[in-house]
Parts: sequence; structure tokens; C-alpha cells
Amino acid sequence: MKVGKTANEGIKDASNYLRGTILEGLANTSTGSLSADDQQLTKFHGIYQQDNRDIRRERRKKKLEPAYSFMIRVRVPGGVSTPQQWLDMDRIAQEHANGAIKLTTRQAFQFHGVIKGNLKRSIAEINEALFDTLAACGDVNRNVMCNPNPNQSKVHGEVLRLATDISDHLSPRTGAYHDIWIDDGTGEKVKVTYDPPKIDDIADEEEPIYGKLYLPRKFKTVIAVPPSNDVDIYAHDLGYIAILEGDDKIVGYNVTVGGGMGMTHGNEETFPRLADQLGFCTPEQAILVGEAVVRVQRDFGNRDVRTNARLKYTVERMGIDAFREEVEKLCGFKLGEPRDFKFEHNGDRYGWIEDHTGNFHYTMFIENGRIYDTDDYPLMTGLREIAKTHDGDFRLTANQNLIIANISPAKKAEIEKILEAHKMLDSYERSALRLNSMACVSLPTCGLALAESQRYLPDLITEIDEVIENVGLRHDAITIRMTGCPNGCARPYISEIGFVGRAPGKYNLYLGGGFHGERLSKLYAPSVKGTDAAKILKPIIEDYAKNREEGEHFGDFTIRAGYLKATENGRDFHKDFVEPELAL
Amino acid sequence: MSSSNSPLPPEKLLQAQNLAAGLTQDQANWLAGFYSGIGFATGGAAAPAQSGAKTPLTVLYGSESGNAEKLSGTIQKTADKAGFKTKVVNMGDSKPGDLKKAENLLVVISTWGEGDPPDTAVDYYEEFMGDGMAKLDGVKFSVCGLGDTSYEHFCKMGKDFDARLAALGGERVFDRADCDVDFQASFDKWLDGAIGALPSAAVAADLQAAVTAAPTAAYDKANPYEAEILEKVVLNGTGSIKETLHVELSLEGSGLTYQPGDALGVYPVNRAADVNSILAATGLKANAKLGDKTLVEALQIEFDITSLSAAIAMKYNGVVGSKDLEAAIDDKATFKDWIWGRQLVDLIEAYPFKEWTPESFTEILRPLAPRLYSIASSLKAHEDEVHLTIAAVRYNSHGRDRVGVCSTFVADEVNVGDKVRVYFHSNNNFRLPESGDTDVIMVGPGTGIAPFRAFVEERAATEAKGKNWLFFGDQHFSYDFLYQLEWLDYLDDGILTELTTAFSRDQKEKVYVQHRLMEHGAEIWKQLEGGAHFYVCGDASRMAKDVHQALMDIAQEHGGKDAKEAKDWLSALRKEKRYQRDVY
Repeated sequence: MKVGKTANEGIKDASNYLRGTILEGLANTSTGSLSADDQQLTKFHGIYQQDNRDIRRERRKKKLEPAYSFMIRVRVPGGVSTPQQWLDMDRIAQEHANGAIKLTTRQAFQFHGVIKGNLKRSIAEINEALFDTLAACGDVNRNVMCNPNPNQSKVHGEVLRLATDISDHLSPRTGAYHDIWIDDGTGEKVKVTYDPPKIDDIADEEEPIYGKLYLPRKFKTVIAVPPSNDVDIYAHDLGYIAILEGDDKIVGYNVTVGGGMGMTHGNEETFPRLADQLGFCTPEQAILVGEAVVRVQRDFGNRDVRTNARLKYTVERMGIDAFREEVEKLCGFKLGEPRDFKFEHNGDRYGWIEDHTGNFHYTMFIENGRIYDTDDYPLMTGLREIAKTHDGDFRLTANQNLIIANISPAKKAEIEKILEAHKMLDSYERSALRLNSMACVSLPTCGLALAESQRYLPDLITEIDEVIENVGLRHDAITIRMTGCPNGCARPYISEIGFVGRAPGKYNLYLGGGFHGERLSKLYAPSVKGTDAAKILKPIIEDYAKNREEGEHFGDFTIRAGYLKATENGRDFHKDFVEPELAL
Repeated sequence: MSSSNSPLPPEKLLQAQNLAAGLTQDQANWLAGFYSGIGFATGGAAAPAQSGAKTPLTVLYGSESGNAEKLSGTIQKTADKAGFKTKVVNMGDSKPGDLKKAENLLVVISTWGEGDPPDTAVDYYEEFMGDGMAKLDGVKFSVCGLGDTSYEHFCKMGKDFDARLAALGGERVFDRADCDVDFQASFDKWLDGAIGALPSAAVAADLQAAVTAAPTAAYDKANPYEAEILEKVVLNGTGSIKETLHVELSLEGSGLTYQPGDALGVYPVNRAADVNSILAATGLKANAKLGDKTLVEALQIEFDITSLSAAIAMKYNGVVGSKDLEAAIDDKATFKDWIWGRQLVDLIEAYPFKEWTPESFTEILRPLAPRLYSIASSLKAHEDEVHLTIAAVRYNSHGRDRVGVCSTFVADEVNVGDKVRVYFHSNNNFRLPESGDTDVIMVGPGTGIAPFRAFVEERAATEAKGKNWLFFGDQHFSYDFLYQLEWLDYLDDGILTELTTAFSRDQKEKVYVQHRLMEHGAEIWKQLEGGAHFYVCGDASRMAKDVHQALMDIAQEHGGKDAKEAKDWLSALRKEKRYQRDVY
């Protein structure tokens, strides 16, 4: 395969399967940074170099380099963690990171503020806890998500197994990860737990699926179980929608391809796009179809223009039918017609439920997925105490929340007591708006951030909540999401209210997204001040409260009421923008 | 002025003395020549300066900070004028056995730490005090000790040399002087007496002695330069518990110069809070007169009002006459413990006295001494500027917040645009190799980094070809990496060959520079064998000792030496001026 024109292609090509000079960089104690090329490579190892942007200037004056540290993303297929693993993550956060855990929008754990000198031991300890960070970022298939619904335990067990199998199957095989991070002296490679696929002319022994150039861009896979679209199936490169017969039998999956959020401000060639349905496959075919999609993207994706490299542009360019043909060619069988299904929401159902086995599950609201202690809310301590006694598991949701799952009846009272003692029992007694909110990390650590996000959205919601309360909508769910840049980590373009950072304190305001993630939003007002946002939304929310139809969601209403046009598909995302008269 | 051996009648002598008083150097020199001329013109034989049969005099010094060395130069000038043929000998460059040849001997030696000899005089001292030392029958001698009364073993070296010289058969012609930090007056008095007591003298000598205290440059210790602060920044990042200041001072128009390795004397001003607590404790009034100043002005600028030592306590009790205090002082060990962490104000409060007058109180005080800081810049890199690296000393003991007078004066009391009184203090015991081709290894943790910033700047400016290897250490990589950006630039430019760091608190086990030295022992040994110079700057009580030990260990481990050979090797290194220390 020809090495593409983007800088990243050259870096991958020269990296010797993701090794680069990472080891040498780790040994250099003069700087907390890695070389620019290695910073691209460490993403494949689940590590992003960042720095505290709040103090860049101050540090330069003090003759100190930027406060470099690393974000480590832990791959957690399906978001399931044992209590022991929870305790291990908690300890790593305290000992090596900034003392907090971030639950991501893709069911992963994230640590921030790990300095270079602590990277190796952190990653070694994550592996000792039987998680890993390989392929948590980078141009490969990343953490595989699935619906964590504890109410359908049999179905959940099956999709979780598929999520884990896909994750294993599409993991990079390079020995680099082991060589660099796992110092057990054996040099043994990541264990292969399945039949390796046959090697084609691009792939090789070291990387039988990817080859040495890996994918043109990141690749994200999710599994949804209707009626919940909590994983936002349409926002990902590859999706599986479980098709059920009766309550607990999965007969197969509708496969979706070509979803993705990221775009670039001012570049209309870039746009968020919802996934298309590719066809239906049986559970047995699911992994092979996934591998085929990866290989088509590997060969047909644009390696010359990085902003055009995601699968969504490949599908857009080839057309879904041509894309399907290539996939079927590799599979050696035809995909079936997509089956019927129905999504109803993409949020989480909070509180207690009891399943048919008699176990209990408690879904709690974790604002923006941030787990840390404050004097008023000792959340991190509370979860640690629960993990010490819990005999079930923890489940990270796609909405950055947490399910304490499979609590045996014998343990329920004890856990409830811990929840109460740490003020976690009423975690979801907030406005429905707040409970349906998401924000990415953004400032101060994310290098891409243009504006605040997780540090700001909670305050903005407090302002909007005033409007909401006044018109009596406290219990009406509206999805609201914020990101600090247009890359879309919190999937803002499929929420009913979306804020995307443009500059410090300024956001593009998007409206009209589908309540269960079925429709993209559209720009309503560009570059509004965060401080004006509640004022701008006020008349629209009042209008909605007064004039909505029975069961009508906010996103649907804004379109019907003519505030903006619906975005029917991704390439039309930037079309039909009309300068609004803002209520300022 | 000595007159005991003057051939002049008292009346003539008085005239001569009056004439000499207050002369400038040039005037004095001229006058000395003029008087010599008189001697010649009158055909008198009493002027040894012209006789050709000069009396030999050996001036022996042991110097750490350069004071003893400088005073030896003063002795030489004075003695030469008095008709001696003077030879100045550094203990670091000679053997005690050579003293047998000396007829007349003047010794100047300073005392460091717990009664230790200067670094360069350690071997000399041991041999001189040892059993193998030859008798020195008939050697006429006098000793001047330099020290600090705040230390328990005040002027121990001077006392040891004085007693030992007598024990070896020497003839003490003039009583030993024990000089405190403000040594000039005691020294002048001693020099005057000692020269007079040796068997050769002339009016010219008296004249010269009379002007030794006169300034020899436009600015010096007695006449400090008022330097404007150009820049002041705390180098430690937010989060550090350290407070290390980088201060840049202007020398523009002063005509002052210095060399890398020199120190800058800074005169502090006592803090108002400290002055007030002294006034409160003594019951003295701030606006009381003392000479032409108010008491508060005098206490701020002229006197050391914080240091506490047994000597101060005795002086204090000389006025107060407390039986309790007398008893306390007599119990030396207990009193030493009591003094630890306490200051003068604690003594006054513990043994109060109601009848202080401004005069009686200030008489027990020592003059406020300047503090010496190793210079952190090279004039070749910063024309007309001198930079310092100062650790602000703050602590709490016995229920009171305490500070280092000078460091917090710079930290808290002065800002950019303000002026501080400074003078240069030359230190010939800490110099870069003469050849730029010689490799240097520099060990400077904490503020010990200061002279090495000067060294590296100098080596960069002079395009020295030799390797520059810097060892730095502090508490935390992220906050305490002093001058990090500069070092990274020097690494990029290849000026710094290697930078090895030890951050003690970034991991469970404490790591210090001596550990890093051991890790790199083989390479260090190789470079030292290849002629490299080794420099240490910083903490004397622990770091310098540990580094010294590490060098001994390296000689044994990598040089195949036994303990005795390693010690000899290091002594030789020191004699060759390839092992230099600036420790405090």
C-alpha cells in the first residue's frame, strides 16, 4: 500500500509498528514531553500528551516548560468493570494521576495529569488490573461500546461478549505495546485468542488485519439494543443494532457504517454524518463483517487528506451500495435486508431496578462523568467504599453515567447505606435537562479545546434550568451537549441543544437534533457568548412549553416551529443556515 | 596605627599620622614614596624598603569564600611596604613541612560549618595537626582567624593553628585575632599589631596600614553599589512548596565586573515586623534617637536583630545581669538546644529587662551583615547585569514565623525598579578551567544551580569545546526544575552535553544527585581520568558530603582503588583545582 500524503501516514510508516522512539523519550528526564512524532504514536497506546493550558504563560515566565502530562484512556469493552478493577483504577488515579477518574462518552476510564515519569508504572498497573490502553486512541478500532442494560441480562451478556470479541479481534497485534509498557522480561506479544485472519497483500505477520500503516483515521464501533440508543449508534463508524425475537433472543444485527461527529470550523467539506444501514447479519457473521468493514476502510479511505479520512467520507464518496459490495466481496456472503427495530431514547434510565433474577441495579447520574471528591459530595470515596463490598459489577454508560449492577439482595441494604452516607442516593434528582447533558474534557488539558466545556456546562445548565423551571419543564428530557471544539467527543451534533466551542467564551449553538440520536442538528446561531445562551434559548423553550404537541420532543419542535430546517443528511449539515433574530 | 616601634619622636609621629588619615590610595602611595624619598635624601639607614636586605615573611592562608585569600593580599601589600619580602602561600597548594623554612609567619584562616577547615585546606590541616609534623622552633608567628559567632565552634581553625604553632616551638609575637563576620576592623587592628611586632618596620608601613581600609575600587563591601532590580520572578511553578527567586540586577554605569564563580554580597534591610517585635520586647521607642538616626532606622539598616548565639546571650547578660540567664548559659548543651530555632527576640522575651537605652541595647548587637549569593550569570551573556538565584527562607519554630533576613528582604520588600546595596566578592576557588577544551562536570541541586548557569553561559559565549555535564536535583520535576527552558535550549544547541536530573519527591523512594552520580559512575570516572573538572555547589551539610562520598565510591568501583587510594586521588584532584566546591 502506498504511504499517504498526510504527516501521520509517514510517522506510522517509519514507526516500526508503533514503536517510534517512545522508549528513548521515556528515558529522557530533562523534559516532560515526548517528541512530536512519538506523541502521534502514543495515541495508539492509549496515551495523549497534553499540558495545562491555564498556566502556560506563567510557566514560560518561570523558565519552565509547559506543564506536560498525559491522559491515559483505559479500554473497557462494553464498559464493564469488576469491583476489584474499580479499586485498582481508583488507586492509580490517586497515586499516579490527578486524583480523579473521568468516565468517557465511550465507556472508557480516563486518567489525567500523569507525568511522564509515572507513565510506565501506570500502564503496567492498568494491565495488572486486566485492562489495557492499547488502541484506546489512534487510527485503529477503539474501545467497543455496547448497551449496558442490566434489565435484559441474557441479551446484555451476549452483546457484551460480542463487544469483547470484536475488541480482541480488531486489536493491533504489534509487540510494541508489550515491549514498551509491560516489563516482564518475556517479550511475549499480546495473546491471540482467536483464529488469526488470513494475511492479504497489505497486511503482514506483525499486523494481520491492519498492516503497518493501520487505518487512515480513528475507527469507532458500538452495539445497541433497542429501544435504547444510548450508544448513539448513528454517530459511529461501525454499529450493530441487535435484532431481538421475544425478550431475550438475538437473531442477528443490523450493521451500520459511516457515522461520525468531527468537523472543522470553516471547512464545509467536513461535516458530522449519521451512519447508514449496511444490511443484516447473523450473530456468527458479526465479527467477520466487522473485519471486512475495517479492511475496506483501510484500502479505500483517504490517506492524503486527514480531515477527509474517516469512514464516513469513504462511504459518502463510494456510496453505500458500492461500499456494501466491497464488504460482501471480503466476507464471501451477502448481507440480508435490514430488519425493523425501534429506538425511543438515547439517555440513561436512572435509579433502582430489579431484574428477573432478583438482583438490583442502581443507575446514578455522574455529571460529565467526573468522579472526584468535594467537601459536599464525596463521590469518589463513596464508590470506593461500595467497590470494597460489592459482589456484582460496575457499568460505564455511553452517557458518562454509572450503573452499580448486579447487587445481590443480601448486599442491597449495605450498599444503599453507603450511597446515602455519601449523598449519592439522590444523584439523579436533578432537572431532566441536566440528567441528559454531556460535556467533553476540553480546557485546561485538551490540546484541541477552543473554549471551556466540562468546567462550564454545569453552570450554563443552572442558568437554563431557571427558564425550564419557570415554564414547568423540569421533568421533560431535552438532550444538551457541549464540546470545546468541533471534533465532537460529546456528540453535540445529535443532541437537541448543542454547544460547540469556537473561541474562549464563544460557542456555535446547534438545535434540532433527534431525541434518540436519529437526526443531526443544524447551526442556529454562530459564535454566541456563553453568557447569552440562556437568553437566546428562553423564548424558544417558552414557545415549546406553550405550543408543543403531545409527546413532541424539543428537537422536533424547533423544526416544526420553523426555528431552523431539519438536516436530512450529513452533507447538508452546513446548508440552509438562516441568521436568526436573537432575543438579546 | 602602630607606633611602638617607630623611630620618630611622638610629636613627629602624630604629625605623620594626621597626615595619613583619610587619604585616598593614590595619595597614600605618593606619600609613602615621598617619605621613602626623605629617608634616602637624608642619607638615613632606617628605611629598610631601600636597604635591599629585606626580611622574609610567609603569609599562609586557608580560604573558602575568598575572604582569607583577599586579606592575604592586603597583608602582602602592607608588609612589602614595611620592608618585608613577602610570599603568600595557599594551604591548598602547599605542605605544612615547608613551614620549617619560614622565619616569620602570618596565618589567616577561616572556619566553616561545625568547626571545619576550608575545603581547600582539609589535607593541610590534617597533616599539620598530625603526629608527623616537624618542629617549628623559632618561627615567629601570629594568627588571624575568621569566623562567625553564631556558630558554636567560632574561629576554631584560628585557635587550632595558633595553639599548634606554639606547641611546635613557634614564638607568638602578637596575639591571635578572632574576627567575626564584620572582620575588617579586627583584622586591621591585628595586622597593624602583627606587622609591628615582627622584626622590621617603617613609617611607610604605618602609612600603608592606615589606608588599607580605604576603598580600592569605586564600590566594595564598605561602599556598596546601589543596583536596580530589573527582573524578579519565582522560578518554582504553582504547586511547589519551594520559593526560589531569580533576580536580575543592573550594573549599568557602575564600572563593576565579575567572573563566573564569584559571589554577590547583598545588604538586607530588616523587616518592619522584626524591628517592631524587638521594640516591643525591649520597650524602646521607635523614634528614640541613636546618633543622627532614629532607633527604628538604625535597627532596620545597621544591626543584626535576629541572630542568636551563646556569644550574643553573654553580651546581653553583660547588661541585664540575670542570674537565671547566667545559669542557663552555663549549662552549655541545654542552652544550645534552647537557641536552636530561636532568635534574639525570644531571648529578650524570656529574660526581659526594663532599663534599655538605644545605646546600651545596640551595643550588644552585631552589625547587619551582607549575605553572599553565588552569581548565576555571565557578563558575556548579560552585559551590565548580574543575576542571582535565591531561596526564600521561611519557617515556623517555637510558635513564631521566622524568615531568612536577606532572602525575604529580596522576596518581599523590594521589587523591580527598587535598588539594593551590593558588592562583588571574588572567589578564586571556584573557577572554570583555563582551557575551554577541558570537560566539566557540574553538580548543583537546588540553588546550587546558580554558578553553573553562569558557567554554561560563559562556556557558550566563549564557544568552549569541552563537554558540559550538569547534574541538577530538587523536589519535583513539574515545579522545581530551575531554569528548565534554558537547559533544554542548551541541550538542543549541543552546549550542554548532558543533563542528569534527580527529583526526590516524584516517586516513593527519594532520589538525589549522588544516586545519579553513582548510576553514571563509569562515565564520570572516564571523564575525570580524561582531565575533566568536577564542581559542586549547594548544601554543605549533607549534599556536598554525599557527593564527596559518591566520588570516593566511584574511584573504588570504577578506578579499582582502595579506600585510602580513593581519598588520595580526591585530594590530588583538589590540589590540581579539578575538584572545586562552593558550598554553604
